[in-house]
Amino acid sequence: MIELQDVAYSYGNGTLLGDVSLQLAPGSFHFLTGPSGAGKSTLLKLCYMELLPSAGQLSIFGRDVTEMNRDEVARTRRRIGVVHQDCQFLDHLPLTDNLALPLDVSGRDASTEAQNLTELMAWVGLSARADALPPQLSGGERQRAALARAVIMDPEIVLADEPTGNVDWEMSLRLLQLLIELNRMGKTILVATHDLNLIRAAKAQVSARVLRIAQGTLTLAGADL
Amino acid sequence: MRVFGKAGHLLAGTSGADRVVPPTGFTARLTVFTAAAMAFLAVFALALSLATDRLATRWSEALARTATIRISAPPEQAATQLANALAVLETTPGIASSRALDDTERTALLEPWFGPDLPLDALRIPEMIEIVETAEGVDVAGLRARLAGEAPGAVYDDHTRWRAPLVRAAERLRLLGLLSLALISAATAAMITLAAQAALAANDRVIAALRLIGALDTFIARAFVRRFTLRALSGAALGTGLGMIAVALLPSAGEAGGFLTGLGFSGANWLLPLTIPLIASLVAFAATRYAAFRQLRKTT
Repeated sequence: MIELQDVAYSYGNGTLLGDVSLQLAPGSFHFLTGPSGAGKSTLLKLCYMELLPSAGQLSIFGRDVTEMNRDEVARTRRRIGVVHQDCQFLDHLPLTDNLALPLDVSGRDASTEAQNLTELMAWVGLSARADALPPQLSGGERQRAALARAVIMDPEIVLADEPTGNVDWEMSLRLLQLLIELNRMGKTILVATHDLNLIRAAKAQVSARVLRIAQGTLTLAGADL
Repeated sequence: MRVFGKAGHLLAGTSGADRVVPPTGFTARLTVFTAAAMAFLAVFALALSLATDRLATRWSEALARTATIRISAPPEQAATQLANALAVLETTPGIASSRALDDTERTALLEPWFGPDLPLDALRIPEMIEIVETAEGVDVAGLRARLAGEAPGAVYDDHTRWRAPLVRAAERLRLLGLLSLALISAATAAMITLAAQAALAANDRVIAALRLIGALDTFIARAFVRRFTLRALSGAALGTGLGMIAVALLPSAGEAGGFLTGLGFSGANWLLPLTIPLIASLVAFAATRYAAFRQLRKTT
């Protein structure tokens, strides 16, 4: 689904990622860990084309990203749900409208998807907060809302960048359960996190590969986790 | 046709595209005010252009068919030469009518310079003949030759010397009016582009977020283009309405109406200002679309 072959990413005079190869198979669950600034977010951004590789080949759903035009990039992103670190909400819209935005931008009528939207709000436990504006939500609520928005288009892949970064342990586990549920529904999951306890909690429930990124290279983490 | 198709799609709008841009009170008022002010000025530029066009046509037509013959002859020959000149004119093809001006009319010609009580017996004024030509016109060279033989003191004047600069001046004024309209359109486009760019820059986070959830450039651009086009349309409609009222309230042109009193619209020309809001909205559509796609190219 997503395949990186000797991908490098450079900025200015520095190289953040070098010769990274990775294949995300359908239905797989991956964690991406490593120290801050190691390139976890950069790798995720490459996976949904917010950044483009400096070298190597990146294919998404079988298409080389360098061959995609802007419209194709946008349409491909609809097949990838992303939980951004900063959630990327539109602060002037209530929560339900924010969650329905992917439907709006893809030309689907949000009113006909109302049932799905209601069920999704209940699934992430935010039914009572439907009319709240994003700045009125707590950190945990924002992360759950971001997850709901990421999956409203029923994507094949869900990418999450530090989804538990600003929440307590209890909320982290709740978010993890939601991600595991999505994986059991057949979705490919890639979670960037520096929280090793979260990874251990996940591995107890789901078969997940753990990738460590450090000094620009990607390695498979061992049993030391 | 493609542009009109896009404009139609734009005005039809979509609920999603409408909501994604945060409301911005100040820039909204600024755009509406700018469009209104520009439309108000455009109404006057249009009125000026149409008025000068009418003026040029009127002067050209009115003066093109009239001419005068002045007879500067010794007093004892004046009457004879006048009669001879009239006789020549009667047999000249292309002359619709000719008549000698009487003393009262000749005095009236000098009245603006010498006042109403000009003593004609104390001041010799040449005899004058007023000529109206037919549409075909007269053979001026032939007429001058015949007059030279029959009335040597007759001088034929077809007003060309002073008619041409007047018509040229009116034509220039008309061009200035059209140039003003073009400048107003360009200034409107520039101001709306600036306002749109400011709005787009202020909403760069919104634009980035929309792109990341799969919005096409056309969806994002439509949200901004629709908003600015409707603002320009409403502002221009307001400005045009006020401009038309102001023009209608100008003093009406009477028989002795001069240049300024003839500035209003006439007849079907009253419909022309109604195109200003349409043009303003098309200008806003193009300007915002250009600014939006330029801003979008900066995002991934």
